[in-house]
Amino acid sequence: MALTSGNKSKLIYTFLAWSISGLIFFPILWTVITSFKTEAEAISATPSLFMFEWTLENYRDVLARSEYFNHFWNSIVISLGSSILGLLIAIPAAWSMAFVQTKRTKNLLMWMLSTKMLPPVGVLIPIYLLFRDFGLLDTKTGLVIVMTLINLPIMVWMLYTYFREIPNEILEAARMDGATIGEEIFHVLLPIALPGIASTLLLNVILAWNEAFWTLILTAANAAPLTAFIASYSSPEGLFYAKLSAASAMAIVPILILGWFSQKQLVRGLSFGAVK
Amino acid sequence: MATTNSRSLARLMLFPSVILLLAWMIVPLCMTLYFSFLDYNLLSPGNEEFIGLLNYEFFLTDPAFLESFFNTLLLVGGVLFITLTGGIGLAILLDQAIWGRNYVRIMVLAPFFVMPTVSALVWKNMLMNPVNGLFAHFADFIGVAPIDFFAQIPLLSIIIIVSWQWLPFAALILLTSIQSLDREQLEAADLDGAGPFSKFIYIVLPHLSRAVTAVILIETIFLLSIFAEILVTTSGGPGFASTNITYLIYTQSLLQFDVGGGSAGGIVAVIIANIFAIFLMRLIGKNLEG
Repeated sequence: MALTSGNKSKLIYTFLAWSISGLIFFPILWTVITSFKTEAEAISATPSLFMFEWTLENYRDVLARSEYFNHFWNSIVISLGSSILGLLIAIPAAWSMAFVQTKRTKNLLMWMLSTKMLPPVGVLIPIYLLFRDFGLLDTKTGLVIVMTLINLPIMVWMLYTYFREIPNEILEAARMDGATIGEEIFHVLLPIALPGIASTLLLNVILAWNEAFWTLILTAANAAPLTAFIASYSSPEGLFYAKLSAASAMAIVPILILGWFSQKQLVRGLSFGAVK
Repeated sequence: MATTNSRSLARLMLFPSVILLLAWMIVPLCMTLYFSFLDYNLLSPGNEEFIGLLNYEFFLTDPAFLESFFNTLLLVGGVLFITLTGGIGLAILLDQAIWGRNYVRIMVLAPFFVMPTVSALVWKNMLMNPVNGLFAHFADFIGVAPIDFFAQIPLLSIIIIVSWQWLPFAALILLTSIQSLDREQLEAADLDGAGPFSKFIYIVLPHLSRAVTAVILIETIFLLSIFAEILVTTSGGPGFASTNITYLIYTQSLLQFDVGGGSAGGIVAVIIANIFAIFLMRLIGKNLEG
């Protein structure tokens, strides 16, 4: 069957798109593949994509030698803990800005955005010293506090853009029926806003999971999440490609899957509602 | 009556967020400012002394400062340039009718979710290593001398890694924006005989301006503070060739324990970020709520 000109251009575009996206994705694919190779095969001068003896020994080694689960658990506690704590603080603020708009609302939002622009090195030394004095260095509690604060502006913004899309009439109807503020929030607002809240939670878990300034500076062996643990492979352990790959694959695959589910929310959340 | 009630309640609900962010910003920042006027080293505690602007003088006249300042500009500018041009190209490509667009999108997006330490180490060891890296194998294969990335072009290597991390984000935001473009406008332009180039310049690009603003804003916030990628690849070297302001202040404060000097650097970094921010907020203020 002859290709029509429309199909021909579709074919060309498809080929181009798959080639480019394949190149972009390649380092991740390569990491996952290398994680199943032996160390000798991983540095072979004639690298192979699939034709090698697949092995699980790297995963076994990484899990046996290092306290991998400890760091994995730290990542989960820190990212989930800071996201939930952040939601508890951000939901009331976003609710208030979305439904009781004042002249100052826009300025307040812009101010919150501006706190995100404060470079972390501007507060690095005081935070480090305060953490040292309060015994928060290398603790999960300390990192949950920091993560909550650095992601709070994004959470408020994101929730605000979701809440603003809820028609005010629904709330007014609830008020007419004599609902108290508490009932209004829990029985009317929350069920409608749940998808937005879930997306906010998801995006913040991802951001906190991957944060690598404060985690590297404020943790050591004890509370280090995966970002800091992987950094310890910097050298000379990084030259064991297969083990580096196995440790990396386990650190990124869970969040990669979460990320693919949340791509739409990502755009909205990180563009502060500018692009939907 | 419900309104006055809910108004004061609304203020109450804002309170925790505002107070926490204020505390997070103001308290440590004031402490940094205070430390920056002291001769204060963590190795000799108790000997703090007020020395006026001496820390600033040392920090600003240090050749390392100028070098890392330009490195910071190059890093932010380079990554923005690559991700924006690449992102616009990718967005236009993915907007075409293609087979398996969802899979393509998933692949393009993936690097954004890889934690910085992993992407830096994977690129450094498995791709860019001059002996065993894939690029070196490839160079051998086509018969040219492999590049020793982190010795010969350290800053550019970091720009490449960071661009790989941020290209997906730019592409996704721009794609989302392109998909909201009014198709009838393009068809009308077709009827008027506009070529693909003039359609891009006069219709697509203006439509994208809001998304481009958002990309510049968000990327700049994160790129000014690149840290992990430098720490695990070059540690700022060779010399200061790949040190940015963030990394310079980190070495001063936490490796040399010079609290005073590091604080002065921190304040300088805040001022630089503010200059960027004022410029960006003006852009975003114009573009966002419009």
